[in-house]
Amino acid sequence: MIDKLLEYLRYDFVQNALAAGSLAAILGAVVGYFVIIRNVSFAAHALAHIGFTGATGAILFGLAPLQGMLAISTVAGAIMGLSGNRLERSELAVGMVLSIALGIGTLFLALEKGFAGSATAILFGDIFGVSKTQILQTVVLALASLGALAVFSRRLLFASIQPDLGRSRGLSLAGLSCSFMIILAISVTLVSQVVGILLVFTLVIGPAGIAARLCRSFWSSIGVSIIIALCAVWIGILLACVTNWPPSFWITAILFAVYIFTEAFCRFVLRLDR
Amino acid sequence: MVSALSIKDLKVRLGNRTILEDVNAEITPGEFIGIFGPNGAGKSTLVGALLGLCPIRSGTVELFGQPPGKTNAEIGYMPQSRASLESTALSARSLVAAVQEGTRWGVPWNSRSARDSVDRAITLAGANEYADRPFSILSGGEKQRITLAQSLLGNPRLLILDEPLASLDPKNQMRLVERVSHVRQETGATILFIAHDVNPLLGTMDRILYVAGGTAQLGSVDEIMTSESLSRLYGTSIDVIRAQGRLFVVAAEGHVTESARHD
Repeated sequence: MIDKLLEYLRYDFVQNALAAGSLAAILGAVVGYFVIIRNVSFAAHALAHIGFTGATGAILFGLAPLQGMLAISTVAGAIMGLSGNRLERSELAVGMVLSIALGIGTLFLALEKGFAGSATAILFGDIFGVSKTQILQTVVLALASLGALAVFSRRLLFASIQPDLGRSRGLSLAGLSCSFMIILAISVTLVSQVVGILLVFTLVIGPAGIAARLCRSFWSSIGVSIIIALCAVWIGILLACVTNWPPSFWITAILFAVYIFTEAFCRFVLRLDR
Repeated sequence: MVSALSIKDLKVRLGNRTILEDVNAEITPGEFIGIFGPNGAGKSTLVGALLGLCPIRSGTVELFGQPPGKTNAEIGYMPQSRASLESTALSARSLVAAVQEGTRWGVPWNSRSARDSVDRAITLAGANEYADRPFSILSGGEKQRITLAQSLLGNPRLLILDEPLASLDPKNQMRLVERVSHVRQETGATILFIAHDVNPLLGTMDRILYVAGGTAQLGSVDEIMTSESLSRLYGTSIDVIRAQGRLFVVAAEGHVTESARHD
């Protein structure tokens, strides 16, 4: 068993998958924690779906799906961010935009004819198909996003916890929200390479949401979130090698199991719910 | 001595509607001022003007001799809104720590001395007992203490508390007022306490700023809380009824206004 796993680890496509998966997992875990405390998980979900139009559109025009998705989600994220704290209250608007985005994506897919395979890859992920170029892009984008967060996460946390006080101290809530949503759009795009657009929720919200249920401080939440995300991606990819089942299945299954365990633990051991 | 707050002939317009005009007030450092008035009378607009968030049409506002917006680091503002952190285990202490020097760049890492400031603010707000519990499971009164602790960071000289008693039961209202009074004694901070009901603050506040009828009037409880004075302010006939040491504001038509909304 161990020998077999080590053998898989020597394959290029497995190494690429682990590298891209790890970076996306780390970024998703960190950004996801802010999604939880800012209460914008629906927007995160929507950004991925809006990205579908970009991805299928890019294929139609002969570009890489990653770039198309990145472009359109970043723009959508910036617009959502500028609407600031109203975002939580505009679920109808976000929902309608995400529907039309999926609709247009479907149209692009039909126009392209015969690329149904690429649709599956975009929707459910194709981590074993990641190329060296894509890994390079992932490294650059993930590091840039984490770097940006390192610069303004203190302000972002303040504005997320106590926006009105932050505004009175001179923080630009719209500016912070906009910057964060752009980083969220990048994270969602990178994570969708691993598990696909439909399953982005798992890796962006899952680890962070579970960590938020368990941890009492900011840094422990971020740490636990990263550990959960990395474990899910690594174990998921290796199990996929062994079983030949899709990695997206394994990653979602692992995270779901951790989630159920956490909920039971919070309810029956910590008695957090009153 | 320079006034904590000096308002002269203030006029505030939002869009093309005049919200407040002819507002005059001189508040000395260390005073405890209760701010009252009906919904939509302009209490929040007044606070916005003090914080430099609402543009001033005419007149002047000075906080410790400085124009609004210049001294916000010395103002502790306790907003009505609170983070909704349902189903997270983030501790109350972490929430206060998140606000400590929150306008700095970088990552939210607090030094030893910053953590000490957080601990001091929590102690001053009287929230030590439950500071390490998850914020989401605290009671309404406990959550308000944590929000108070957030506003106390940075040793403010002026505290603006925006309806901190809303949605608290009478017992917790009394406790919070006592705690704010304690904060004033300990720090000497000037307090602007916005509330619906006059009664929980009777005996604690020094003076009242009553906002109604597009303007505001500052005076002692006995000056402001009379039928004549409030009738003039509201521009309609108002009765102030005293019963068992408490005050009730009743419109002549018989509609009981906010001050009587006492659970």
